[in-house]
Amino acid sequence: MNTRTRKLAVLTSVLALTALAGACGAGGKDDDDKGGGGGATEVGVTDAAVTIGGTFPLTGVAAPGYSEIPTGAQAYFDYVNANGGVHGRSIEFLVKDDGYDPTKTSSLTDELVLKDKVFATLGSLGTPTHNAVVDSLNDQEVPDLFVSSGALAWGDDPGAHPWTFGWQPDYEIEGKIIGQWVSENMPDAKVGLFLQDDDFGEDAEKGVREYIDAQVVEAQRYTSGNTDVGPQIAALQASGADLVLSFTTPSYTALGQLVSLKLGFKPQWYVSNVGSDPTLVGGLLERFSEGAVPGTASSLNGVMTTRYIPGVDQPDNPWVQLWQKVWDESGQDGELTNYRIYGMSFAYTFVQALEAAGEDLTRDGLVEAIEDDGGDFAGPQLAPYRYSSDSHLGISGMQVVELQDGVGQPVTDVLTTDIGDSEIATDDSGQADDAPPESGLPE
Amino acid sequence: MRRLAAVWHSTLGRHLLVTAAAVLVVVLVVESVDDFRAVQLTQMAYLGIAAGGLTVLTGLNGQISLGHGALMAVGAYTTALLVSDDPVLPLPVALLTATAVTSAVGVVIGAAAARLRGPYLAGATLALAVALPGVALHFGETLGGEQGLRLRVPETPGWVLDAAYFVTAHDLTRSKYVAYLAWFTLVVVYLLLANLARSRVGRRWRAVRDDEVAAELAGIHLGRARVSAFVVSAAAAGAGGAVMALAVRLTAPTGFTLTLSLTLLTAVVLGGLGSLTGALAGAALLTFLPSVITDAGTSAGLDDIRAAELAPLVYGVVMVAVVLLAPRGLVGTLHAGWRRLRNPAVTPDPTTSADAASPGATVATSKGDTR
Repeated sequence: MNTRTRKLAVLTSVLALTALAGACGAGGKDDDDKGGGGGATEVGVTDAAVTIGGTFPLTGVAAPGYSEIPTGAQAYFDYVNANGGVHGRSIEFLVKDDGYDPTKTSSLTDELVLKDKVFATLGSLGTPTHNAVVDSLNDQEVPDLFVSSGALAWGDDPGAHPWTFGWQPDYEIEGKIIGQWVSENMPDAKVGLFLQDDDFGEDAEKGVREYIDAQVVEAQRYTSGNTDVGPQIAALQASGADLVLSFTTPSYTALGQLVSLKLGFKPQWYVSNVGSDPTLVGGLLERFSEGAVPGTASSLNGVMTTRYIPGVDQPDNPWVQLWQKVWDESGQDGELTNYRIYGMSFAYTFVQALEAAGEDLTRDGLVEAIEDDGGDFAGPQLAPYRYSSDSHLGISGMQVVELQDGVGQPVTDVLTTDIGDSEIATDDSGQADDAPPESGLPE
Repeated sequence: MRRLAAVWHSTLGRHLLVTAAAVLVVVLVVESVDDFRAVQLTQMAYLGIAAGGLTVLTGLNGQISLGHGALMAVGAYTTALLVSDDPVLPLPVALLTATAVTSAVGVVIGAAAARLRGPYLAGATLALAVALPGVALHFGETLGGEQGLRLRVPETPGWVLDAAYFVTAHDLTRSKYVAYLAWFTLVVVYLLLANLARSRVGRRWRAVRDDEVAAELAGIHLGRARVSAFVVSAAAAGAGGAVMALAVRLTAPTGFTLTLSLTLLTAVVLGGLGSLTGALAGAALLTFLPSVITDAGTSAGLDDIRAAELAPLVYGVVMVAVVLLAPRGLVGTLHAGWRRLRNPAVTPDPTTSADAASPGATVATSKGDTR
């Protein structure tokens, strides 16, 4: 470059920069009103479609079982869309894989909200993962519906998180219901607790101790990710516990069972609903033991658990028959599983919420509809929802069952309660006898 | 005009000019993208900051660290603790404190690391990456245990909003505020690292890397040079971690697994060992590649699970391809090609070349590839 061109280049760039600085100046800030537009158009909603999304572990350690949940929800939305959608709108459900890593959940939820412009998030899975995004979703006033986790944080304080709703029964009421059952039916049992070391275990322990604090002889915790649970199970064995209440995810249910087999520890087991899917746990047992334990559903025989929606072990239930039909019509690979039923069930609730929110769909309207009408939503759940302006917690109760060859035999009626010191009562709403409408679409 | 040329010929002057241009580019880019891109840019920035520190350590001083994710965790946890406090510290103060705390940790680890070589050093830092999340679990009361610490980005200060409005005539959103914070941090960190690399300190680091005996004969204290390199690198990782805490809004052990440390190393290797531009390029690749691949997979008709599985596959293939075809990394290879074009007669020897450590240049020697 000779001197002249170089001078010219420098001059041009200086001029360009000056022009740029001048062009971008706004001078000062006016106090202009931010006209909202009166809800004429809502983010993620058109006359033809409503776009929603959620984050799920599709890869990684938490993927077995859990990755099937969004496929179930998708199947039900396909069914609804094929039948005309809701208020003429089809439902577009976007699924993002966070691999159960909160860092990824955060950036993927940003992607859903800021790039894909979803109207709401639906069914996003996991306690630690959803913890990373609950504040930002509420700050941005995005409805955060039916989180796939039973932590109390998704609904016990609507003042703090007005846009977030839980769906499944929270872990505290599950702890209360099994706690009361033990105090009435096994008053002499020495109880050991095997807990996941986060809100899951903490909330459940709180509920259990409300009824049988004196009976608990040992509480052991594991950290999700560390697969050695030998010390915890050995400590439970050493404490002389003859009943172990296990609030664990499926992988840790299997690990706990396996280590107990090795140590010859044979207590009566109760396994939390989220960790007791007999087919999945059986499969995991076979894999972890490298084939030494047969991977059949009967490997959890005699184990007690709870249920709050009908599952694949009840093929005659009208809801399960509907889910089977929906699944077959969707043409996706694989069998109908409890996880897919779970996804379909919350999808059903979402469709109800959309219907209740009316034709002029807004975020405010949706939240209002769930608060006002959610308590009376029909559906597969065995006990009614608790939705109101004071509580965003979901299903209010569950039934204790005992597993035999993968089938849950009822041990109690459907019991309902709420967090805190509210009483446990037999459900008299008749919700469990609810059958789906002929069309398979909520009315 | 001659004065401008003089400025360009002094290292500091050149770096300051590049910095000013970088600030301008940052403002232009952040203003022209939507909020989601701003969030992605923030992610790129925190990976870039930490990778910049690592590339200085590995490329200039020849120490391999598999534990930089743990150092980022120190920065992130410090920030999370400081910002959740009431009254809230101004964010720049929180960032500086996090950097200082991480440097202090870096002194301790660096002192131990200075005694170790090659695979032993890699092993020790690997242990750090595996063990540190355990600390957060042990002190669950203060550090939030498995659940981690949630962090709300404080309100953007009024004067920042006014200043941003003055320049751009747009209201500054929270995500763009964090993006600015992240990128200005990156610019400052890179300016400091580039200057340091070109200074006497940087020459000592390289001397120690190239030949320890010769360096000692020249009067260089080996231990001091190694520890100082580690501390500087740790400080950058701490700043990166602090920005990460603001961007992710949750600081939990699951965010700082071994994968993060390996990701940083990947960024450095992909971009080109020892080059700050390379570290930035690597960070960009790691930030944008997965979402591009997943989107491509989805639009090619794959279902969600298959599309999600595609990203790690392509990532691995790209990594292997770069190592096989461009062992100096993307930027290193481009740079070598550029040199050959301009100066076909002379065999380049980057070790002695004058601009080896300026931002945009490869610092790794051709011999350095083996380290």
